[in-house]
Amino acid sequence: MSDFISRFWSNYVAVISLLSILGCVILLWLTARKRVAPSADNTTGHVWDGDLREANNPLPMWWVGLFVLTIVFGLGYLAVFPGLGSFRGQSDWTSRGEYEAEVAKATQQLAPVYAKYTAMPVEEIARDPQAHAIGERLFMGNCAQCHGSDARGSKGFPDLTDKDWLYGGTPERITESITKGRVGVMPPMAAAVGTSDDVKNVANYVLSLSGEPHDSVRAGLGKSKFTVCVACHGVGGVGNQTLGAPNLSDKIWLHGYGEAAIIQMINSGKRNEMPAQERRLTEAQIRMVASYVWGLSNSTAAAKP
Amino acid sequence: MTRKIIPIASSNPGAGGGEEVGLYEATKKIYPRSVCGMFARWRWAMVLLTQLVFYGMPWVEWGGRQMVLFDLAARRFYIFGLVLYPQDLIYLSGLLVISALSLFLFTTVAGRLWCGYACPQTVYTEIFMWVEQRIEGNRVARMRLDTEPMSLEKLVKKWFKHIVWIGIAMWTGFTFVGYFTSIRELGMAFLQTQMGSWEVFWVFFYGFATYGNAGFMREQVCKYMCPYARFQSAMFDGDTLIVTYDPGRGEPRAPRRKGPDPRTMALGDCIDCGLCVQVCPTGIDIRKGLQYECIGCGVCADACDTVMQKMAYAPGLIRYDTQNGMEAGWSRRQLLRRVLRPRVLVYTAILALLVAALLASLVMRTPLKVDVVRDRASLARIAEGGRLENVYRLQIMNATEQPQQYLIAASGLDGLSVSPDQPVGVEAAQSRWVAVRLQVPYGSAPPGSHTVHFSIREEGSGAQVSEKAAFLVPR
Repeated sequence: MSDFISRFWSNYVAVISLLSILGCVILLWLTARKRVAPSADNTTGHVWDGDLREANNPLPMWWVGLFVLTIVFGLGYLAVFPGLGSFRGQSDWTSRGEYEAEVAKATQQLAPVYAKYTAMPVEEIARDPQAHAIGERLFMGNCAQCHGSDARGSKGFPDLTDKDWLYGGTPERITESITKGRVGVMPPMAAAVGTSDDVKNVANYVLSLSGEPHDSVRAGLGKSKFTVCVACHGVGGVGNQTLGAPNLSDKIWLHGYGEAAIIQMINSGKRNEMPAQERRLTEAQIRMVASYVWGLSNSTAAAKP
Repeated sequence: MTRKIIPIASSNPGAGGGEEVGLYEATKKIYPRSVCGMFARWRWAMVLLTQLVFYGMPWVEWGGRQMVLFDLAARRFYIFGLVLYPQDLIYLSGLLVISALSLFLFTTVAGRLWCGYACPQTVYTEIFMWVEQRIEGNRVARMRLDTEPMSLEKLVKKWFKHIVWIGIAMWTGFTFVGYFTSIRELGMAFLQTQMGSWEVFWVFFYGFATYGNAGFMREQVCKYMCPYARFQSAMFDGDTLIVTYDPGRGEPRAPRRKGPDPRTMALGDCIDCGLCVQVCPTGIDIRKGLQYECIGCGVCADACDTVMQKMAYAPGLIRYDTQNGMEAGWSRRQLLRRVLRPRVLVYTAILALLVAALLASLVMRTPLKVDVVRDRASLARIAEGGRLENVYRLQIMNATEQPQQYLIAASGLDGLSVSPDQPVGVEAAQSRWVAVRLQVPYGSAPPGSHTVHFSIREEGSGAQVSEKAAFLVPR
């Protein structure tokens, strides 16, 4: 109701609600006073199927009692809970408050489950089947939307089951990535590299780093131009986990495979973001997810589900 | 112009003058007289049978667990050797359809058998009235007790009755909850006063409903709440057996001395003793013909037969008969022949077919269910070795009570491979989500959506389930 500037609609709803209830009371009162002369055969005169007649039997008083109870309940409800226009009710109940109370209660109930793992090292949590199940559920609810339900990602979304890490695969680095999120930026480098021919040469050099099919003449020419890339990707394109610069010398192609995809990346750059989870998940939950994710790429050490 | 003066008349013109009535009426309490006879014995037999089943069933064990348990918290439903999932709703629907059709069939053949002999409302009312009679005495004693002023004796009798009633009602509520949560654990929890709040709520709710409906509402439930009385006429026809009074034989009714043949006095067989009205649990006069209040219990027939015997008249002035049979004076044989009429045969045929279909599908049921959900995160991706990969999530539901291993296979595209290719374990009566990857060589299938089939095989029994899915190849 706060969307409206004036209180007119709130009052309108409240007045109609109360008038309707009042109408019910008047109807009950009038019909309770009314007396009718019964017809000779105690029917209303309506006949169906040739011989089915509607009898005119009085309603039992206890049923009227139910009507009265309904009215009393209705008025009581409107006094206690929000319903009468923008009147908030005596109990100040809101669906949001109810939700928050339920979440607080659930968190409290779950606390002992998580408490078991606060002191346990990540490597050990990853071996625990119960922790694995908790981590999996959290992953399905919060991470699988981008990284896939098998955590193998897709184009633009890193595979979490391999040993290739943009920001490092230690438990501490994974926890940090989940908590704070990550923003990876590849600036458009075309101007720094040179002509479009130079860009194509650099792309072929990048392909040659991981032994993919490439034009070796162009790769040779591109090698000198790659110096502008070394600042982030390092000598030989091995990447830099402090910056989140991908390793270009392995066979993992997060943003697309082939000469065209690499040229596109050099020309246009890319900004890729992993959103921070610290406001969505509790510290204990992040610990469980981090252990689960760490276990995915250290499966010899982790629990077999 | 003269002013007309409306004469002031008495607002209560007295009986016979078409007395005006209100739109509402206070309920008159019914004090049914107890009765012995064949139908009363049948009714008690049904009370004992239904209650033995209801109160007894949750205590019966089957292979180390409760035989019938509808475990709502875990969403598993155990019936004898079956483990049903919420996805097996079709069986419940089938059971309800069969119940409805049985009701139609029984009603068409013999009226409201359900109401008179098996409906919980009737059965619990019967039990509660028995308690009432044991404590407060017979009909006359009960009526006297209710009109006399409060005394210590009255207080004790009333209190004692309500305590026994509440005891039965609470036991009923406890048993009801025992179908949805293990009754033995519930009993232990009760003894240790550790029942859950919802369990307590439902025990009290169901107990209160039993107490109120069987102790106080009684025939009011049948008359005003139950829809069955209102649509029974749709299932009745002239050949339906109903509890009926034979006016041709009974009228004109009048009290008389035992002895002379009523025909010589120009009287019918009805001696107008009113016992049929006094025994009626819904308080109607069966001599007025078929009424919607009649629950077909037949106690009036029992009462009348006792009287006929005392008068040395033939029994059956009030009896189970059909309208057509009553008018034409048919014999039992003729009545029975009319039972096999098209309406009955059609109901029976449909019912038999449905029962057979339900039993067959339960017997041939695969103890395994699978749901295939395409992964929403990725359409398709290139995996190592230049293979095109789609990801699915399979929910494998183990409907047996042993842990099982399941082998996942897929078919529908050339060179299709499945990962994991190892069997997947699922605990007894549990379900598990498994991420499954399908791969085809890149370029082996044209762009678009392709139908593939997952087949999941239980390693022990070889039971197999096949599910369709879509494999997407991007442009």
